[in-house]
Amino acid sequence: MKPTSHAFSDNARRALNDATLQQALAKAGVGFVDKRRAALSELPEFDALREAGRAIKDHTLANLDHYLLRFEQQLVTSGGQLHWADTPDEACAAVLDICRKAGARMVAKGKSMVGEEIAVNDALEAAGLEVVETDLGEYIIQVAHEPPSHIIAPAVHKTRAQIARLFEDLHHQPGLTRPLETVPQIVDEARQVLREKFLAADVGITGANFLIAETGSTVIVTNEGNGDLSATLPRVHIVLASIEKVVPNLEDASVLLRLLARSATGQEITSYTTFFTGPRRRADADGPEQFHVVLVDNGRSRMLGGAFHEMLRCIRCGACLNHCPVYSAVGGHAYGWVYPGPMGAVLTPLMVGLDEGRPLPNASTLCGRCEEVCPMSIPLPKLLRELRRQEFARGLHPPRSRWALAAWAFFARRPQLYRWATRLGTRLLNRLSGGRGRFRSLPFAQAWTTARDLPAPQGDTFMAQWQRRKQP
Amino acid sequence: MRAALFVTCLVDLFRPSVGFAAVRLLERLGAEVVVPPEQTCCGQPAYNNGDFENARAIARQVIAAFAGYDHVVVPSGSCAGMLVKHYPELFRDEPETLAAAQNLAARTRELSAFLAEHTGDRVADAHFAGKVAMHDSCSARRELGVHAAPRTLLDAVGAERIELKDAEVCCGFGGTFCVKYPDISTRMVSDKAAAVIASGADVLVSGDLGCLMNIAGRLKRMGSPVRIYHLAELLAGMTDAPDIGTGDKT
Ligand code: SF4
Repeated sequence: MKPTSHAFSDNARRALNDATLQQALAKAGVGFVDKRRAALSELPEFDALREAGRAIKDHTLANLDHYLLRFEQQLVTSGGQLHWADTPDEACAAVLDICRKAGARMVAKGKSMVGEEIAVNDALEAAGLEVVETDLGEYIIQVAHEPPSHIIAPAVHKTRAQIARLFEDLHHQPGLTRPLETVPQIVDEARQVLREKFLAADVGITGANFLIAETGSTVIVTNEGNGDLSATLPRVHIVLASIEKVVPNLEDASVLLRLLARSATGQEITSYTTFFTGPRRRADADGPEQFHVVLVDNGRSRMLGGAFHEMLRCIRCGACLNHCPVYSAVGGHAYGWVYPGPMGAVLTPLMVGLDEGRPLPNASTLCGRCEEVCPMSIPLPKLLRELRRQEFARGLHPPRSRWALAAWAFFARRPQLYRWATRLGTRLLNRLSGGRGRFRSLPFAQAWTTARDLPAPQGDTFMAQWQRRKQP
Repeated sequence: MRAALFVTCLVDLFRPSVGFAAVRLLERLGAEVVVPPEQTCCGQPAYNNGDFENARAIARQVIAAFAGYDHVVVPSGSCAGMLVKHYPELFRDEPETLAAAQNLAARTRELSAFLAEHTGDRVADAHFAGKVAMHDSCSARRELGVHAAPRTLLDAVGAERIELKDAEVCCGFGGTFCVKYPDISTRMVSDKAAAVIASGADVLVSGDLGCLMNIAGRLKRMGSPVRIYHLAELLAGMTDAPDIGTGDKT
């Protein structure tokens, strides 16, 4: 996916003016926030759980090489194969190679953000394979030819009416055309279409929420059970995962699963939690003949031990998106790449480059609500500010804002001069306001005054008045 | 007791009456108020725009100007948060300045927190009869954990206190954010203004002038009759004067 993060401002403006999108966002946002709040209120030990989760991740990251090697060992022992991939291209090549060797023509895919990150669908389709997304949300955006707009609810930007229309156009054929008004009707429709695909697919690709070093297992959670079908029906199962997904053992995974479900959807536990360990064994009734894990780095090992180390604790729950006032206003597509919201504003510049992703860390009031709700206590505002620091150090700011900042700092560092200049400025502005107390418009402050009045200075500065009070 | 007032640049430039209200409240406590002349701004514009070098220079200036006072009081959660949380962060790798920054942080309080700490509910002889909605700035609420203090103080002056819907959501000011991303900021402040209007409050107060100028700007543009003051002004009984965004001739 070609990023459009550099055009964030334009993307955002378009999103704000899109009435249908706004309708969808308003509905989704409130739902997520309320559900999480309710789930937390029933779990007084949430904070303790959060501490435990953080400790697990910190420990694992500090010993990442060890746990990854252990995972590989156990995976191989259980009959699976590991493919290390440094870059998205390497990861796609590994997936393609497996598909080719299996003589695959059709791929059934479960939801995977790493899959989006490496654009595996494009690679597969370019090689002539048919890819079918089996997660309802992913299926919707696949047939709409759109990228996901949320990391756990990829089609959250669409209204029910839009989805019904989409399906009616797409599935319009005898036997499948029924009224699509309610959510169950829509789900049913998708189910009928997808069931055939599951059976026809040669390869199933899923993501992984966790990798378990102790057992070589991969874990996914879904609410539709589609992941299980994608994994067990086709002959070959490929798991796409990034390196920070590994945890030492099953117990650790269960702590993180509890945090994940509550933070993401307000559930106590996601409907389906599935552990995959190796391919089908002789006594198994079903399961794939081959089990592959493609382990993607894509810049993550560079984050280890550096300023963005803590971002690697992220378990992709989406809580920071749901609670972000900017995300809630503009939706995920405005961010212009795979990961939106606060976590995306940190990850995007790190993965696609600061030149492209520059606006994202700036498009935040640093209000801190994301950090407050993050189950892994990731200091997102601090990381956003660090990206701004790097941006400033590299001189990527637009010249006008750079110049304004330099001029302001020049005065702010010289109290005497500052005093004099601010007195002049405030008195001038006060006079200009003509006693009305505010401006409806000011030539150099249009960004403010387009929708807001600007309160005018009361008169002389405090410092000047205080001086007079001290020396009557 | 001596208290040094960190005026904050917005109060200094736009609304000195907030500074005088703070002085009045502190003097009522029996404090001698000092206003160190070497102060300008806390440095957030530089810090939040990634210019850490200027942020450090300004922080050093503030640390020096406020050295030696038992109490440093700030009529803003945002600027207090900068002194308390971010100065130490800025000097993480400079042990000597770090110690001074931590020392300043330990002596610094946001105004309402300081008042509540030192007066309990005997805050004021002022009395305010009216429906008052309190807006918490994100930094007061989340960086400093100041939430109960302003409410205790409002109760003490007899105000009928109202909580806003979605009170924990940012108003969209965000320092330079509001002019860098005006469309998003407008959307956020419109939501906040709508919540204020829906609350039925006569008066909106907050401990942060940045939020207040933003919300007042929007409320006035919408023609709302809600009056907007800094919490300190209300507590000091200064609500006969024009509110934020209103002049002598409006
Ligand atoms: S940053 Fe935190 S809140 Fe956001 S997705 Fe990751 S774990 Fe969840």
